[in-house]
Amino acid sequence: MSTALEGGLPESLLAAAYLAASVLFIMSLGGLSSQQTSQRGNLFGIIGMAVAILVTALHPDIQSPWLMAGAVAVGGSIGAVLAKRVVMTAMPELVALLHSFVGLAAVLVGLASYLHPHGALDSTAQQIVHHTEVWLGVAIGAITFTGSVVAWGKLRGSLSGKPLLLPARHWLNLTALIVVVGSGLAMTAGDAGLVAGLDGLGLPLLLVLTFVACLMGLHLVLAIGGADMPVVVSLLNSYSGWAAAAAGFMLSNDLLIVTGALVGSSGAILSHIMCQAMNRSIWNVVFGGFGTGDKKPSAAAQAVQGDVSPIEAPELVELLDAAKHVVIVPGYGMAVARAQHPVERFTSILRKRGKTVRYAIHPVAGRLPGHMNVLLAEAGVPYDIVLEMEEINEDFPETDVVLVIGANDIVNPSAQTDPDSPIAGMPVLEAWKAGTVIVLKRGMGSGYAGVENPLFVLPNTRMLFGDARETMEKVVAALG
Amino acid sequence: MQVGVPKELSVAERRVAVAPDTVPRLLKLGYTVAVETGAGTLAGFSDQAYLDAGARVVDRDTAWGSDIVAHIEPPGVRDDGRHEVDDLRAGAILISQLDPARNGELLARIAAVGASAIAMERIPRITRAQKMDVLSSMANIAGYRAVVEAATLYGGFFTGQMTAAGKAPPARVLVIGAGVAGLAAIGAARALGADVRAFDVRAACREQVESMGATFLQVSVEESGEGAGGYAKTMSPEFIAAEMALFLEQARQCDIIVTTALIPGKRAPILITAEHVAAMRPGSVVVDMAAATGGNCELTRPGQVAVEHGVSIVGYTDLPSRMAPVASRFYGQNVAHLLDDMGGGAKTRINLEDEVLHQSAVVLDGQVRWPIEPFPKAEAPPPTAPAAAVAKAPDAHVPAIAQKPPAHTGAWKRGAVLVAAVVLAVLGVTAPGEFLQHLTVFVLACFVGWQLIWNVTPALHTPLMSVTNAISGIIVLGGMLTAGNAEIDAAAILGAIAILFASINIAGGFFVTQRMLRMFHR
Repeated sequence: MSTALEGGLPESLLAAAYLAASVLFIMSLGGLSSQQTSQRGNLFGIIGMAVAILVTALHPDIQSPWLMAGAVAVGGSIGAVLAKRVVMTAMPELVALLHSFVGLAAVLVGLASYLHPHGALDSTAQQIVHHTEVWLGVAIGAITFTGSVVAWGKLRGSLSGKPLLLPARHWLNLTALIVVVGSGLAMTAGDAGLVAGLDGLGLPLLLVLTFVACLMGLHLVLAIGGADMPVVVSLLNSYSGWAAAAAGFMLSNDLLIVTGALVGSSGAILSHIMCQAMNRSIWNVVFGGFGTGDKKPSAAAQAVQGDVSPIEAPELVELLDAAKHVVIVPGYGMAVARAQHPVERFTSILRKRGKTVRYAIHPVAGRLPGHMNVLLAEAGVPYDIVLEMEEINEDFPETDVVLVIGANDIVNPSAQTDPDSPIAGMPVLEAWKAGTVIVLKRGMGSGYAGVENPLFVLPNTRMLFGDARETMEKVVAALG
Repeated sequence: MQVGVPKELSVAERRVAVAPDTVPRLLKLGYTVAVETGAGTLAGFSDQAYLDAGARVVDRDTAWGSDIVAHIEPPGVRDDGRHEVDDLRAGAILISQLDPARNGELLARIAAVGASAIAMERIPRITRAQKMDVLSSMANIAGYRAVVEAATLYGGFFTGQMTAAGKAPPARVLVIGAGVAGLAAIGAARALGADVRAFDVRAACREQVESMGATFLQVSVEESGEGAGGYAKTMSPEFIAAEMALFLEQARQCDIIVTTALIPGKRAPILITAEHVAAMRPGSVVVDMAAATGGNCELTRPGQVAVEHGVSIVGYTDLPSRMAPVASRFYGQNVAHLLDDMGGGAKTRINLEDEVLHQSAVVLDGQVRWPIEPFPKAEAPPPTAPAAAVAKAPDAHVPAIAQKPPAHTGAWKRGAVLVAAVVLAVLGVTAPGEFLQHLTVFVLACFVGWQLIWNVTPALHTPLMSVTNAISGIIVLGGMLTAGNAEIDAAAILGAIAILFASINIAGGFFVTQRMLRMFHR
């Protein structure tokens, strides 16, 4: 970085500002440990970003700030509008879209850095390291980019949620991986003059690598079903972080490295949590059951027999009058029907009548980690009655009425009772232990895992059929 | 149908299987109640009290000759050499604690008479059967009594005192195992004003412990006693070593230690060693509630109070019996609930389709059923019991010392360390210094991130994703550094496009996070 020392901001001041920004980012994530401190955390993040951008703009290497300023202004306004317009039920799509932008930016930065290396590459070793960073960054960025675009399409429903299972798909992935790594190594070796005959082929090789990595991202996410989207989105979050970290390496910028590492770990932990909540390994999710057979429900799984007993809103109101403890289990169906507002009115009416109303949130409810919490918060449900699975699971036996709204697999008792069930071993909310379970459902379809749910035919279960929002509005009206 | 309540054989057993206030309940179920003369004397219930409640007071043989006989201890041989069980009628049902795993001969004897027997302590720990669960009801009493015993032997106040004559700090009490007995002990010690801390390998107990006003202790080793969803899990030797170190440290601080760790069907694990006892202040008390199955303390003498290093070690095995009146009432209620479950009155029968009876009827019509096959699971929870069921176990199953982790994980870890060392060595020799500096930053940041993100509350995972979206827009710096060059070449244009997209991320991510976070309110 010897060139950076002439003119402009002193290098040491730059480093100090980057340190400040890193600390602010860390505090920003730290703030999310509780709802009270979270807004302050976000503010730290904003300040950190502002410091980082301002200081970089004053960097001695930057001679023409106008192109940048224009790009920041346009991009910033687009982002602000997106953020303002998005409805809370569409958060998963927005998050996926933003991941794709990070991926795309990482690819572009990688290519630009290849064309115009930042800082001097005096020795062969430095050049090898730089080129390796470039191709790794570009590859991760490209996978993140196309993968997130597909995830976005699947989440908003413009692409089918069904997994696309090409024949020999594992071989396709392997071939793509070999091509990516191979061209990356060839590019590095060729430009460093280690292998004769590859001179000047660096750029074409890098472009081939980018293209194949893009295809790989597409294919990987296309092969993953709708129900696994929470894991995929978390995983892409992680990738977007690693892509940023790789960009940091190629530009010798510690702030990018730190931030990328933070984001990368964040996504990795979220993916891990989601996988545990589904009792599956990350490999099983990403490679669609590699070596474990297909995801289809096995023939051995117990068929559900018995009759469902329906209930109507007036009878439910009578039931609620007698109840003291009520637990609501929301699922993706509540998000689809946008039923969170009538559900909130329902909650506040019951609470005013002196009943204990709480929410039980399964880690994979919805299409994004924590999605249900955001929807309920949007509707105005106080966060201290919204509990996690471990916090509330023991309380179901003492609960009088459980209202399951648009959830299925996460309350399926066969996860505990039927070892042949595809969801066997997945931790579930033990709603069936309550006095009465009311299941709000459109019809008798099975959940995303394609598993039948014996909960529906248990003697203490009543089915309330219909669109979740309309049904809840009827119930609220009947409660008067 | 007549329910007989004979006097317990052992004089050490002060309880009686049915207390007077349970009698009306049995009458209502359609039974007549025949109590042996003097059966309730040691528990403080006179014959008159039974008569007043509507029972008949009868002689020994009449009581034993009833259709149903309610008893507490496993029956034994009388002074005259006759076995109590021989007084049972053919077709009678004996309801008692029987310890079937150790009393094979007793079961055979009952079968020989042609009677049936229900072992109260084998009643499964399912939600529906809680009201019949004598292990829980007796553990609750025992936990309370353990603290009372400790208080009598301990020469200080439980609650802190500050008087003109001087001040005394509150007693410090450690309860090991947060099952029913442990929680009862915590409650009793807290009610007396002590500073209570509790330990259990199951993190799920934390909430219950804290709700009782005690501090939940943890070992520094990151390992949870439960797997996903609260399943119990094998503890590693490192964990057990750390646990022992924790107990030693606590032994130095605490005045009273109550241990409640049982492993069903096995010897209780040793948790308090002689070294721990020696570390305690003279005058301290250890109450070992596992004394009957060998004890959690190395120095426990079952049935007695041992004094070692000036520390009293209470090994009483009859804690519930020391509170005979209330223990008899609870036991009687458990029996009444069981009889209710069996049909009540003339309809009383042992229905093996009922999980409760399937698990507890150890002798049926002259046939020994022990050991009992597992109940065919229909809707009942699977053997890998979920969190709720585990947490309700009467006594914490604090670590089985002998358990070993699977060997291959160790080998795997060692391999990973080796690979990491080799990679670092190669990098150190070949890579430029600058790269290693960056790598240092990167690795440290990964660790910081790992710690940081585990602290994020799951309710905020969506805002977490959007804020990480925003800050990963930091890649804008990459765009700026490449786009800022004087001449506008391909690299500059690529950089500018990167800036554009990264800016969308920054603005969009932060704005939407702010929007979401503002919605969270109490």
